[in-house]
Amino acid sequence: MRNLIDIKDLSVEEINNLIEVAKDIIANREKYSHKCDGKKLATLFFEPSTRTRLSFEAAMMELGGKVLGFSEASSSSVSKGESVADTIRVVGCYSDIIVMRHPKEGAPFVAAQKSTVPIINAGDGGHNHPTQTLTDLLTIQCEKNRLDNLTIGLCGDLKFGRTVHSLITAMSRYKNIKFVLISPKELTIPEYIKKEVLDKNNIQYCETNDIEEYMGELDILYMTRVQKERFFNEADYIRLKDYYILNKEKLEKAKQDLCIMHPLPRVNEISTDVDDDKRACYFKQAEYGKFIRMALILKLLEIN
Amino acid sequence: MNIDSIKNGFVIDHIQAGKAMEIYDKLNLNKLECQVAIITNAKSKKTGKKDIIKIDKNIDIDIDTLGFIDPGITINIVKDDKIVDKFHPEPPKELKNIVKCQNPRCITSIEKDLDHIFILTDKENQVYRCKYCEMSLKK
Repeated sequence: MRNLIDIKDLSVEEINNLIEVAKDIIANREKYSHKCDGKKLATLFFEPSTRTRLSFEAAMMELGGKVLGFSEASSSSVSKGESVADTIRVVGCYSDIIVMRHPKEGAPFVAAQKSTVPIINAGDGGHNHPTQTLTDLLTIQCEKNRLDNLTIGLCGDLKFGRTVHSLITAMSRYKNIKFVLISPKELTIPEYIKKEVLDKNNIQYCETNDIEEYMGELDILYMTRVQKERFFNEADYIRLKDYYILNKEKLEKAKQDLCIMHPLPRVNEISTDVDDDKRACYFKQAEYGKFIRMALILKLLEIN
Repeated sequence: MNIDSIKNGFVIDHIQAGKAMEIYDKLNLNKLECQVAIITNAKSKKTGKKDIIKIDKNIDIDIDTLGFIDPGITINIVKDDKIVDKFHPEPPKELKNIVKCQNPRCITSIEKDLDHIFILTDKENQVYRCKYCEMSLKK
């Protein structure tokens, strides 16, 4: 039995295979509409994340399966003090596959040790969120038609942003990837990502705090939100939250086939005047998320 | 200052000065009934000063803990008044219940009956990461 706890659990070949299945789902929706008839997906959201939960639920429903679960810890037995291990053992009796989001880092790993059914990590604190990374990879593949030979700009909170760290880790496994790391000096990429991922894999990268400096070279621009909950000092948050606001003017030097991505929700970091630009891919990205999750559910349930 | 040599047991030598008590605590040497000598700030040609621990008994010594605390130490095995073997402990690949994860967001902070496990992810720089949350261990 397989689980997806960390994007590193999947080989490049497995990721490429998931992307191929997702593309086939996009092209042949009807073919997949009964693949999970009679199967149940449990969504255990120990902290709220409406977007991710709905994406998983929509994915299972499109495959013909059913969903059950809870959307916050207060409506589950956790509020009575039940351990993750016990919750998982019980829910495994009622479902064929479990999607889990938990505020504590490593909780899905603990769940996977005890579960009798596959576990999908839908986010554990600031640690991993592998299905967001799969979503990003499918988006890049569909929009750029390749996962190699790309210059990728990552902009915003590169210090705390787990989606950015996971994306760097995942993309570092493909050939000729260059990163432009755009952030204020307070939110630069952690040293361990540079040492253990970028330097270790001889990945070319540069750092800047100017979003326009390398704009003309980018194939992908991945914007991120500065998250309030990561700051101990509200004054720092207020000072940094609007450090980057991408608008039409800043895109003047950008390539015509640039792909602008964002894991959403956005606050102010992408101006709404960019939404109608053909290079804006962030809403399509949300839809790709459903398709890659469909492919993942099929893989973990071993349904062809 | 004279401290008797031991007949059968261990001499843990070249301990970084100031770390002898940490080793004493982590190896639970206070529970032994044999003679245990702790020498701190002994003269050292290499490092100026060092700590030494002598244990006058053949106990089941926890090499992993020693390798984690200070891989630069030398473990001398003494039999019938003679050193029969000496070696440096390797940093262990895995630490189990030797240290606790200090990350308040880690699942180990709330889940009952979990082993605290750290994995050696960078041998050169001796970086250990929590098996659950991957936070690096600060020694």
